Amino acid sequence: MTEDAPTRPATVDLAAAYAESGVREVLEELDREMIGLGPVKQRIRETAALLLVDKARRELGLASETPTLHMSFTGNPGTGKTTVALKMAELLRKLGYVRKGHLVTVTRDDLVGQYIGHTAPKTKEVLKKAMGGVLFIDEAYYLYRPENERDYGQEAIEILLQVMENNRDDLVVILAGYADRMDRFFESNPGFRSRIAHHIEFPDYSDPELLKIADIMLGQQNYTFDPAARAAMEEYIALRRGQPHFANARSIRNALDRARLRQANRLFSEAKGPLTAADLSTLTEADLRTSRVFRGGLDVDRVRRAQAAE
Amino acid sequence: MRLTQGQFSYLPDLTDEDIRVQAQYAIDKGWAVSVEFTDDPHPRNTYWEMWGHPMFDNPDAAAVVYEVNECRKLHGGKYIRVIAFDASPGWESIRMSFIVNRPKTEPGFRVVRQEGEGRVVRYTIESYAVREPEGQRYA
Repeated sequence: MTEDAPTRPATVDLAAAYAESGVREVLEELDREMIGLGPVKQRIRETAALLLVDKARRELGLASETPTLHMSFTGNPGTGKTTVALKMAELLRKLGYVRKGHLVTVTRDDLVGQYIGHTAPKTKEVLKKAMGGVLFIDEAYYLYRPENERDYGQEAIEILLQVMENNRDDLVVILAGYADRMDRFFESNPGFRSRIAHHIEFPDYSDPELLKIADIMLGQQNYTFDPAARAAMEEYIALRRGQPHFANARSIRNALDRARLRQANRLFSEAKGPLTAADLSTLTEADLRTSRVFRGGLDVDRVRRAQAAE
Repeated sequence: MRLTQGQFSYLPDLTDEDIRVQAQYAIDKGWAVSVEFTDDPHPRNTYWEMWGHPMFDNPDAAAVVYEVNECRKLHGGKYIRVIAFDASPGWESIRMSFIVNRPKTEPGFRVVRQEGEGRVVRYTIESYAVREPEGQRYA
């Protein structure tokens, strides 16, 4: 009844809208907290600009459709896809494209049921939980299993596609996974490709970036490297990259966890007198050098154990 | 006769947006929202059929509107209501209840008089709709 009643503003101040929406804080946070990822940050900045302009256009009555916001994040493990998705949810909430801005992370297990009639309610339950926020589907290509034609994944895909189309105002879907397998997934499910507007690729981290990440991770837990340990870490990163199951930042986190374990052990067995705070929070070269990585990596019979640990 | 039970029943029918806002209010208060339907509108019929589980962990009311619309597809000719359950100690009860869907024609209720001992008359009401067997009410 109020079709043409609201008076539209004649001009829009983009800079004011930008400052007001709080997008700047999110982008700055992204710049500060995420190391490297240049192209990803660039794409996110572009997307934010597009959405801001789109919002302004709607205020002026130039556009009315909600833009398609579904995205796909492709990249190797440990390149920050989930972390960026969290930031993206925050960004979309600040821009007013999702109401709550929470992130629901799921994998195939959370969507696909085990018997006939189990999948649809399960998928819908997850979708309902994600409404008003962002649904992050990790390793999305597992949904589609061409080798088994009776696989229930197909059913989950159909419901997903339907909701992605009909409830565009209510939730944003982000699919994530390795680049090559995602490509194959999109090829066999053209419906997804056309419904996803933003494809963002996550590059691998370089060695200096990983070292910086290690510093930050330690800093967050109030630990530091001594200079020799830092050099050992640098060497560790270069070696670890050449070995199997390398997962970028996640490998670094695991390495640091193990180094902390060794440090605790060392302090326990060697310390004779009272320890200072500096003793308790410094990782030394010995804590890193004992790693298997320096001895040519994982032995064949240890591969399985390492996988279980990851 | 327009059925007036629960909240907002003297207002015009709620739009989806109205439903969303009301349900969001309940969710923000921490109440579990659920959708129920029935074809027996007697005011003492407290237990309506549940449409799915109560939504305990949905932060956004779009899910409620979605379920209401799913329920309408199957039970569009019946009464559908949204209720909000407060589980906090001391309440453990329904805090909100409003009708979001009603049949096209609502025949209303009749008064039934039962003569008891002496000149006692007991009054009760009965919906005209429930004269038909279940499943055939409201066409």
